[in-house]
Parts: sequence; C-alpha cells; structure tokens
Amino acid sequence: MLENEAVVDEIKAIVFRLQNEEYGVEVEQVKSIERLETITRVPKTPPFVKGVINLRGVVTPIIDLASRFNLPETEYTEETRVIIVNVGDIEVGLIVDAANDVIDIPVNAIEPPPEVVGGVKAEYLRGVAKMENRLLILLNLNKVLSMEEIQQLEQLEG
Amino acid sequence: MGMNQYLDMFIEESREHLQAINDNLLLLENDPDNVDIVNDVFRSAHTLKGMAATMGFEDMSSLTHQMENVLDQIRNHQIKLNSEIMDVIFQCVDVLESMVDSISEGGDGKEDVSDLVSKLEAILSGEFKSEETEVTAETGQASEETAGKEEAAQTTDFGLDQFEITVVKQSLDSGHQVYYIKTVIEEECLLKSARAYMVFNNLESMGEVIKSVPSVQEIEDENFDDAFEIVFITEKSEDEIRQSIESVSEIASVEIKKLDIDSVKAENDQVAATSTEVKQEENKKEVKKPGSNGKNGGKKVKAAGGKTIRVDIERLDVLMNLFSELVIDRGRLESIARRSGQHELMETVEHMSRISGDLQNIILNMRMVPVETVFNRFPRMIRDLAKELNKKVDLQISGAETELDRTVIDEIGDPLVHLLRNAIDHGLESTEERIAAGKSETGVVELKAYHSGNHVFIEIRDDGKGINRDKVLKKALDKGVVTEQEADSLTDQQVYDLLFSSGFSTAEQVSDISGRGVGLDVVKTKIESLGGIVSVESTPGEGSTFLIQLPLTLSIISAMLVKVEDETYAVPLSSIIETAVYKKDQIMHAHHQDVIDFRGKVVPLLYLKNIFEIPDGENPDRQEDEISAVIVRKGDKLAALVVDSFIGQQEIVLKSMGKYLVNLFAISGATILGDGQVALIIDCNALIK
Repeated sequence: MLENEAVVDEIKAIVFRLQNEEYGVEVEQVKSIERLETITRVPKTPPFVKGVINLRGVVTPIIDLASRFNLPETEYTEETRVIIVNVGDIEVGLIVDAANDVIDIPVNAIEPPPEVVGGVKAEYLRGVAKMENRLLILLNLNKVLSMEEIQQLEQLEG
Repeated sequence: MGMNQYLDMFIEESREHLQAINDNLLLLENDPDNVDIVNDVFRSAHTLKGMAATMGFEDMSSLTHQMENVLDQIRNHQIKLNSEIMDVIFQCVDVLESMVDSISEGGDGKEDVSDLVSKLEAILSGEFKSEETEVTAETGQASEETAGKEEAAQTTDFGLDQFEITVVKQSLDSGHQVYYIKTVIEEECLLKSARAYMVFNNLESMGEVIKSVPSVQEIEDENFDDAFEIVFITEKSEDEIRQSIESVSEIASVEIKKLDIDSVKAENDQVAATSTEVKQEENKKEVKKPGSNGKNGGKKVKAAGGKTIRVDIERLDVLMNLFSELVIDRGRLESIARRSGQHELMETVEHMSRISGDLQNIILNMRMVPVETVFNRFPRMIRDLAKELNKKVDLQISGAETELDRTVIDEIGDPLVHLLRNAIDHGLESTEERIAAGKSETGVVELKAYHSGNHVFIEIRDDGKGINRDKVLKKALDKGVVTEQEADSLTDQQVYDLLFSSGFSTAEQVSDISGRGVGLDVVKTKIESLGGIVSVESTPGEGSTFLIQLPLTLSIISAMLVKVEDETYAVPLSSIIETAVYKKDQIMHAHHQDVIDFRGKVVPLLYLKNIFEIPDGENPDRQEDEISAVIVRKGDKLAALVVDSFIGQQEIVLKSMGKYLVNLFAISGATILGDGQVALIIDCNALIK
C-alpha cells in the first residue's frame, strides 16, 4: 500500500528561475504565465509590491519574488515572466527571471527544506525536490502571500 | 426531482409571503380590530400552506394550517386577538422563516412544530368552545382539501373560498358592485362555448370575473349544458351588464342578481354546510387564469404592476462586467478618434458613445433595488427590541421606494441595524425618563431615505436625549482618543464625531443590543468602503440624527484624470469642487503648511507628488511659475491637491484591487484607462484630516 502510493503520487509543478536557483509551484495554483507589461505603481506599499497590472480587465497586484525573499533584485529582461497564481481568494502575479518548464515530481523525492536555501528562509518553502541532476525548491505560496506578514512588515516600516 | 426547478421559486415566494405576514402582523398589533389585515395575513398563510404542501414540506404545511385556523377564527371574531396570541403567531413566522432558510440551504425544512401546533390548538379550543365543532369542521374541510391536493391553491370544491370572499368584500368596500349572473344559451346553439367565450370577453372588458361555474376550462371544452353562472365584480350598472351580455346572439336568458356581503357569506356558509350536496349538484370550480397560482392570492388585490421577469443577479453582474469592458474600449476609441482627426470616425465614435451612454443608464437602472428590501425587516426587529428593552418605540419609515444599486443594498443592512439599535438602546430614554422629561411615552425613531443629486441619503433620527458631550469627552479621554488640551478646544460637532473613532462605546452597561465592543467605527468603515459618508447631529434633550450619504451606483463613476510626473490618477468628481491654476506667488504659508486663498477660505495645499512618493518622471508636464490644483472636499472641509496637469473628465469603471492589497493609503480602487493602463482612484476622504 505504502509502496504503491509512493510510486503513484506525483505533483505537477511549474518550474521557474530566480537568480541562479530553480523553483517550483504546483500547477493547480498557477492561472497563467504572462510577459511583463507596464506596471502601475501603488504608493505606500512594501517595496516588493511592484504595483498592479491590467490582466485582461482584472486589476492584478504584482510582487517581485526576489525582493519578497530579500534577494537582490535583477534587471527585467526579455526572459522575465509574471506567474499569475491563485491562493485562496487572492490572485497575484509573481515576477520571476524566467519560466519555461513543467515537470512531474514524485512526492517521495521531496525533502523538508533546510534552514536557508539560496537565501530563502525555510518558512516560505514546502520542501526541496532532488531530481536526477537538478535541485528544485518548492514554494509554500500560502506563506509567501500571507497577509499577516505583509501587515507586520508594514508596521516595521511605519 | 421534478420539483427542483420550482424550488427556487418556492423559496423566493415563501420569503415574500413571510415578509408580508410579518409586515401585516405588525400593522395588526397596532390595529387589532382591522379584519382586512387579518385577511391579508390569512391569505398569505393560506398560499404558503398550499405551496408547502405541493412541495412536500409537511411540517411547514401543518404549521401554516394551524395558523390559518387561528387566523380564520380571529377574522370571524370568534377569538379576540391579544398579545399572547400575537406572540405565538410571531413565533410561528420565525419558525417558518428558519424552515425556509433550511430549505434554501439544501435542507429538508423539517423542524419540530408540535409545540407550536399545540399552542395554536390551545388557542383554538381554549378561547372558543361552544361553536368549536362547527367552525373547525368548516375550516378543517377547506384546508384538508387544499392541503391535500396539488392544485391546492387553485381548486376548491365549494362556493367562494376565503380568498374570493375577501376579494368580494374589498370590492364592495371600495365601491364596486358584485353581481351573480346566470346566463342561459339557446338550446339549438351549435357553438355554445364560442358564445360563452364572447360573454366572458364582454364581461372582462367591464370588470373581473372572479368565479364561474362550470369552470372556464370546462366551458371551453364545451363540457356544460346550456347555462353557466358567474360571480362578477364591476363598476358598471346591472343594465349595462345585461346589454353587454345580450349583445351576444343566441343567448336565451340572463339573470342578474346583486350580491352584498351578507349574501356572499350566507351563500358560503350554506354551501360549506352542505358541501357534499353542492359537489354532486354543481361540481363548482373556481376560475383562474392560466399560470396564476396561489401567488396571486397576495397580489391580485393590489394593483397589477407592469410585466416583470425575474433575472438571476449573477447574470446582471456578468452583463455589467461586459459593459465595463465596453466602456473601457469606448474610452480608447474616443482617444484614437481624437488623435486621428478623421471627421467620419469621430462622428461614428461620438454616436457610439451616446448609445453606450444610454445603455449604461439602462444597465445601471436594472441593478437598482428599492431600499424597501432592507427596510422591511426593521419593523419586526424594532418590535422585538422595544419589548426586550421595555421601551415604547414608534418606527416611522419613509422613502422606502428610494432605489440604490444592489451592491450597496447588500452591504447597507448591517450598518443600518447597528444605527437603529443604537438609536433605541442609547438614543431613546427609558419610559420613566421620558415621562419625567415631559415627553410622550412612545419614543419616535424615524428612518428616512431620499434622493439628492447623485446621492442617496438615509437618515436615522430619534427623539431621545441627544448626545451627552461631557460623557463622550470623558470616554474619549479615558480611551486616549483625545488629549486634555485638545478636548477643551473641540466643537460640539467634533465631539460627536469622536463617536466614530475606533473602540468607542458610550453605553455604561454592555447590553445585549449594542455596545459589544464594536462601535460606530465599524459602521463608518463599512459606509466609507461603499463610497459613502456618515455624520451625526444632535440637540441635547431633543434627539440625534445620523445621516448616511451613499453613491447611487458603485460601478461606473465620473472622475477627473490628473497627471503627476509619469503617473495618472483619477479623482472622483463627487468630491471635486473645482480645478484651478494658481501663480506660485499666491501660495501662502501657515503652520508649516502651504495654503492658498480659495474664495476667502484658507485651503491647505497637498502635494500629491510628496504624499504618494511619486518618482521624478521623464518630462513632467507642468509650468514653472504656476501650480494646478484640484479643490476637493470632505464634508465642509477643503483641500487642494496639487498635480502637474489635468487630463480631463471621464467616466471610469471601478475595479477592485483584489484581496491582496489591503489597507491602501488614500487609494479607493483602480480603473483601466483607454490605453489599457491601470490608474488608481484617489480617496479624498483619507487625504483630508
């Protein structure tokens, strides 16, 4: 029974690049992948909130994932993508350096995250998947987009 | 299974009827001898029973059945209405409401009603012994027949049913005539049903046929001998009716008899008593037009309104969203046309704009709902509240027909409940205090809605003790909302406004009704989130008034687009007084603040660039020696927003910013401009302190 499950259970993940690391988010949470277009800045928001875009008639907030993780921001290039994710009733676009792959990850290849991976704190991570020749960091989007954290940040700044 | 498609209709109509019962019971409480009201309640209960039985909700139908019996005796003056009986009936309505709620949530609507049913039975038997058998036999029979059958509300097997008698009564009261007409068609007539049809046609142009024996259906099927009998309500005289019927050929004889209320009743009683006989003899059936079911029971008597259809609100929302997209494209087209300078294109676009403007009005109008839908639950709430607090309250509602956008309607209920409770709990004094103060025992709470310009106002006024300045100030000091120094310099109005600051509640005792820690600040937040304003006025000893100002619609607003550096912002026209350009040397300084003189008033300058920390743009479109300002207001306070340039006035579609960005500073939402860019909408209320 256990063995069976181990064989069958896989999650499908969108793979994207941030700095030099590869990250994954579950396909179910991803609505679409967009090219970066003009962003309207929203005043008095945390620095990682880049603003809002017009996503086919829906005003969608955009956050810079690198900046969210306190990593140095990179320049936006032709490769830069916006991954539109849905978590609960929140819809947000994440700016990443590139996104171009979908892979199946066997659940048993996922290990709990070490304290810090690629500069990202463990609490934002679901785990690390060790595939044949690559290491994939799985994000815990609930935590990444958590309201409480944003509010805490605001208080710190205020 | 087949019933599922009717379930929504059932729930909706049940709610309407329960609401009607609630309303009427409240009227009845003030006017216990008014049989008309009892009749209205009875009709609603009767219809409910029929519908519930048809849908198979046994508990609901058995409860309404007993209610109906009690009501029937009340209107026949066999039971004297008292407050205990009213309470039991109110309880019934509550239980029925919870049943409907349970059904609408997918439940089976089952509830233990035996307690209430036995209470109702006790009323029936306790108050009324001597004639009990006769009366229950009558009503019992009527209801058994109705409850048992599918066509419950449509068919009764004897004379005039209760509903029809009421119709007759009301018609007589309102000066109409009621006739019994027996028409006999010549024996050798070949197309009897056609002749009968012509008679009906003629009659219906003059009044209303409320009953026909045999039924219209049977007549149409030529399922009758030579004669048919009709009960007819009209304003015309007997002669006119006779002439009208006799103008149809092949009519052998017409017999017309004027009915008065006693004869109708007598006929009914007699018919009821000998119903089996009547059945065999005549097989009477009631006339109803196709499609009319029990629902008409409540409405028929009222003026028949325009033709309406029910539309799912979601469809309207979809329509609205699609239209919003169109408005955005319209804006885009307008700017393209202006740039191109092509005359033909500009003309076409202009025409299109006009049409879409009309379309916009229609769509917005479709979403308008009378505030009645919110107001109508208040009388009942106030009644219960008044009983609980042992105060006498007279709730006066006016302007319930005022219309508001549905989105606003959905949200406005809770704040209003809060304010009303507040008025009764804190506003009105206790009965003793009122008497001591020389006021009438009954406190008056006025709930008023009205239109003015682009806004709807809702006013809640009580004639209570008014707001106690010292108490409010003391509380504010305790809570640290204001400092001692500030406190002395505050005007009365400013003190009253403190009520809306967070964590404020003046009731000394925490009661069940209000003062649960959440205070008027919640009301204020809610109303401001709807784009509205709430304010309070008060005169000590005479009462307080809460005034809510709400926008007519939330979806499309007029706004002034302004540019600061490279960013575009929208300022709602509703808060703009005017736009103006000032020379730099007109700017004055006061208390470390730049101000200007606007028609003799000192108005602070708010530099949007600083407030919104707007980065320097490529080539800012501004003059070196002048500033452009939008003068905005919040209540009677003004401020001048300094911008680089004005783009122009435009209809914009309000878009939500989603759930991720919350508590934004001075931004109330966003809109999408003609070029597809997002522009933020400035919340002027937050900028003016």
